[in-house]
Amino acid sequence: MINKILEKIGSQWIFLILVVFLYLILCFFNLSLVKESLVGFTDLFLKIIPAFVVVFFLMFVFSLFFDSKKTSELIGRQAGIKGWLIAIIGGIISMGPIYMWYPLLADLREKGMRNAFIVVFLYNRAVKIPLLPMMIYYFGLPFVVILTFYMILFSIINGILVGKIVKQN
Amino acid sequence: MELKQSFLKTLNGFKQMTPILIGVLLLVSLSLKAIPKSFYTNVFTGNNLLDPLLGAVVGSVAAGNPVTSYIIGGEFLEQGISLLAITAFILAWVSVGVIQLPAESLMLGRKFALVRNGISFLTALVVSILTVLTLTLV
Repeated sequence: MINKILEKIGSQWIFLILVVFLYLILCFFNLSLVKESLVGFTDLFLKIIPAFVVVFFLMFVFSLFFDSKKTSELIGRQAGIKGWLIAIIGGIISMGPIYMWYPLLADLREKGMRNAFIVVFLYNRAVKIPLLPMMIYYFGLPFVVILTFYMILFSIINGILVGKIVKQN
Repeated sequence: MELKQSFLKTLNGFKQMTPILIGVLLLVSLSLKAIPKSFYTNVFTGNNLLDPLLGAVVGSVAAGNPVTSYIIGGEFLEQGISLLAITAFILAWVSVGVIQLPAESLMLGRKFALVRNGISFLTALVVSILTVLTLTLV
């Protein structure tokens, strides 16, 4: 019975209800924290609107022009080196917070994108070219070059490992 | 696929995603307000073996823009915290997402999310060791 109700509500709504519930409980202990967090939430929401628009547009374009066959050729099992490169470059140039990209990646996986490439994409989101000068300012050029090299290298190793552990249909 | 059909499919995908997105934003905002920057400074012990691990743990739980992790990392450096610990902290910050884990699990699968974040955590430690080691050799 409970399972049926939960299924009907949907896991995404249950998640939101639980978070709202957490906020409600916190109201009793620290109301000012809740108020500040809600203001912060509004700021964050406004900040992600550009990324929201970009992801929506990309999902629309992929839905329009990329069928399973084409997706598989580019980022599926047959993709080879091309797939790794697309995932690395895509991750580096992508913008906005990481969670904005989950629906697009889930959509692409349904069409045949490899788990390994999803991992590579997500890991390379940590390599942000516009932010490199800031990192160089704090830690110096040699540190940033070495770190960036290892991050890209290990994104591939992580992709291979996750791909082997999490089996895909 | 037709234009209208593709648009409606995308719109439907976004409708499914909206509650998860709002939930994650609420959690991220709460963690940003609940954990002050001063908290991070007090975590480290000065132990060269323990600090990288602590850095990776704290970086995994933290959420926010990567720039914030660079600024905090820069402040750590001035306070004499080891580069190994700072690198692990920054790497975990940008590659592991404990707060985003429910959203990642719901959209990409629980096993995928747990394995990816687990491996990213270990990678943060390995890459930080390799980076500092290479830096001393160069």
